This record gives sequence, structure tokens and C-alpha cells, in this order.
Amino acid sequence: MVVAVAVFGALIGLYISVWATQLPGAVTAPTSGSGSTKSANLTLETVAAVGPVYSPEHPDWVSYLVQSHGHWVHSTIFTLPAHSLVHVTIYQYDGDSGLRNPFLAEVEGTVGGVMTVDGKTMRAINPDDASHTFVVPQLGVFVPLVGVSSTAKNPCSYAPCGLSFDHHTITFTFRTGKKGRYRWQCFVPCAAGTLFDFGGPMQTLGYMDGFLDVV
Amino acid sequence: MSEPNHFRRLMLLWILASVIATPLVVVLLGPLLSPGTGSVQASGHQTDTTVLAGVATPVLLLVVLYLAYAVTFFRQEPGGVLEGPAIRSDARVQTWWIVITSTLVLALAAFGTVELVGDGAGAGEGPNPAFVPSGKKLQVQVIAQEWAFTYRYPSYGGIETPHLVIPVDTTIEFHVTSLDVIHSFWAYQLGVKADANPQVDNVAFVKPTKEESFSIRCSELCGIWHGYMFDTGHVVSPAAFQAWIKQQQAVFAPVVHDLPPYATTYAPEPSGRGS
Repeated sequence: MVVAVAVFGALIGLYISVWATQLPGAVTAPTSGSGSTKSANLTLETVAAVGPVYSPEHPDWVSYLVQSHGHWVHSTIFTLPAHSLVHVTIYQYDGDSGLRNPFLAEVEGTVGGVMTVDGKTMRAINPDDASHTFVVPQLGVFVPLVGVSSTAKNPCSYAPCGLSFDHHTITFTFRTGKKGRYRWQCFVPCAAGTLFDFGGPMQTLGYMDGFLDVV
Repeated sequence: MSEPNHFRRLMLLWILASVIATPLVVVLLGPLLSPGTGSVQASGHQTDTTVLAGVATPVLLLVVLYLAYAVTFFRQEPGGVLEGPAIRSDARVQTWWIVITSTLVLALAAFGTVELVGDGAGAGEGPNPAFVPSGKKLQVQVIAQEWAFTYRYPSYGGIETPHLVIPVDTTIEFHVTSLDVIHSFWAYQLGVKADANPQVDNVAFVKPTKEESFSIRCSELCGIWHGYMFDTGHVVSPAAFQAWIKQQQAVFAPVVHDLPPYATTYAPEPSGRGS
């Protein structure tokens, strides 16, 4: 009896340990230059539903994807060089739902305090038009992502979404700091059907939040 | 050889140890106790903890010394009787024990209450604080959300910023609230801890007394990034504060017209996607 309980307990512990330490694989952003001119290019897309190819368990969950060697990868852990510029391009395919805190509609912490949306330079968006955000609190980087209009004619249902679908292209550049692990997250309540829409993909690594591994 | 008077010996030992240790605890350990002396309230916490430690020292010594004394002098001899004398109650000892411990606890309760009444002790006092420090105050609103704090300064156009900077020697009136789940605002070196509940205005007062940085943490388990919900605040001179707030007003000008009018609580929309 005692042995059975011990074995059962150990199995539960093992299951919890494996579950708690399961992380998506890190994707290294391609870099160019060296020393103080070193920079990295990080290309992301946001999708309303990640689809069964990338997430058989949660195909309906909203998610970020990252580009690696020309392919879209389901990961939110990105490896970036320290003390470098990071040029970010985000293809935004999801619709808008609005920010709970309108303050987060302003761009902050990027080079020049701006981003471009479809080529147009912007410092802030209408908070109601926000679909997601890309925020790295420890680096002071706050970027709101404007959503695709609800009247879009060709919205993308499941990832991966090609450029033929309705989308916005958002670009910005920020500078990394010293080496370390920095978390990033979306601040828009976009996890439909969960508590305050901040559950599910908002609280599971690999969807709407992750880490920047600055090395 | 006659049996020594164990009670007298133990009491002498205890008094001697207490006379030596209690001042050492108060003088040497006291200034090292948390949360430091970054504010009037933090200093109050440190004083309270020092008093508690000072009062607890003789009690701890009595217990430890009695244990050590008993182990040393009441040890059973090898080959001796297996059973000691029967334990009997002693009404006098019991009475003294009850009187002394009750007096200590009640005195500390009275002391703690007086300390709390003085300045609120940096604790969240709810929307209608009972203990309000006198004098002019600077209102700062702390807005918690999954997973970051932002701050509004209603007397400076209601601007919102992700940074907490406050002037030294000024009473700060924190209004702590949340936009979603329960969080808790903990400014460690300032001795401030106030729960951030949605739809609740939790008021806490603090008067920082020295220019320093202080750590801010959420102290209520609030989700996946709870452990990352930290920040560093700064206490600066009044002149530096004025310069900083002016700079923040300029930086966050593009979004200030989108902020809701300043209120003690918010019921933000959307409450969820599609709502």
C-alpha cells in the first residue's frame, strides 16, 4: 500500500514537473553587423486562431508566430543579441477588440518613440482599434498593434496566414539591454471566453506571451 | 551534597542573559530590520519590529535557557531510575505565567494600535481611511492590471505613466485599484502594502524621508506573469519631481486625451473580446 502511494505520488510529481518545465523552443533572430552596429531582425505574425497544424491541442487559440529560415514557427521565445538594435516586423491578421487600459495605445521605448503601420509613422493608435500589443515591460517597450477591420473582405481564419489575406504590417525598432531573460506579453484582453479574456493563450507560454533571451 | 536552588540559578542566568542580549538585539539588530527607514511609515514598521524583537528576546531566552538547563542538570544518570518524580501543578507559577504573557500581549496590542492610528502604517485602509495623516498630500493612483502597474497623477492633468516617481518629504496619498483581477501593490522600502481590487479604491498613505530607489512588487498571486510584475520606483527631490512630471506630460501627451476622466475606480471596456 505504502509503495503504491509513493509510486503514485512520484508519478504525479513527474507529470507536474514535466508540465511546468515544458517550454516552446527558442528561435534565434537573424543578425547582421558586429559590435555596436550589431542588429537583429525579428519577424512575427499574430493570428486569430493558431490552427491545428501548429497547436493540435488548442487550434482556436489566438497566437503569435515567429519566422525562422523562411518558415512560420509556433514559439514565443526569441533569442536576441545584447546591446543591439532589433528591427521588428509584425504582420497583424487579427481583428480589433480594444484595450482595457487606453494608456497602452501609445508607442513607447522604440527608436524615435514611433512605429510604422502600413508604412505610415505613428506614435499612438485609437485604443478601440487595438488587436494586440507587443510589450516588454523590463525594457520599457510598449507597441500597440492595430487590428484588421471587422469589414475586411479576406480575413485569415487559421495560421499560417499569407500576405494575400487582409493584414496590417507594423514595424518598429528597439534596443536590447544587457544579457538576461526578459518577458514580453500582449495587454489586450484577447483570449475570448476566459476570465477577463486573460486566461488560456494569455496565460500559456507559446501563444500571447513569452521571453526575449538576450545573449 | 545538597541540591542547589535550581529556580534561583535559572532566574539569575536568565536575567543576566536578558540584560546582555536585549540591548544588543535592539541596538545592533534593530536598525537592520526590514523595511528600513525610507519613509515615516517604514521607520514605524522598523520601530515596531524592534520593540517586538526586544520584548521577545527575554521570552525566547527563558525557554531556551530552561531547556538547556533541564538537559544539562536534570539528565538521568546511566543506570538510574527509569521514571522521574510525578509532575505536579504549581498555581503560583501558572498564575505568574498567565499574568506576564497576557500583559505582554495586551501591551503590544495597545502599542500596535497607537502606531497604526498615528499615520496609517502604510497599509491599504479601503475607500474611507480611518487614519489620515494631517497636512497637504499628493495623490497618486496605482492601477494594477495583468501584469503591470501604471500610475496616474490627478493633480498633473491626470497623466498616466508606467513609472512611479514621488517627491521626498511629501505625504503621498496612494489610491490603489485594479482593472481586472486582485493584485497587491507592495512598495517594500516605503513600507506600503495595499491590495488592488477591481472596483475598489484602496487608500494608503506614505511620507518618504530620503531620496532613494525602492522596489515595487505585486504580492498577490495573479497569473502567469505575477513573478514578473515588479518595477523600481524613485523618491527624488521636489525640484527633480517637477522636472520629471513635466517630461512625462510631454512624452505621454499623444495618449492623454484617450484616457478616461480620472476616477478612483474604473470599469473598463472591453470587459472581454466582443463585449
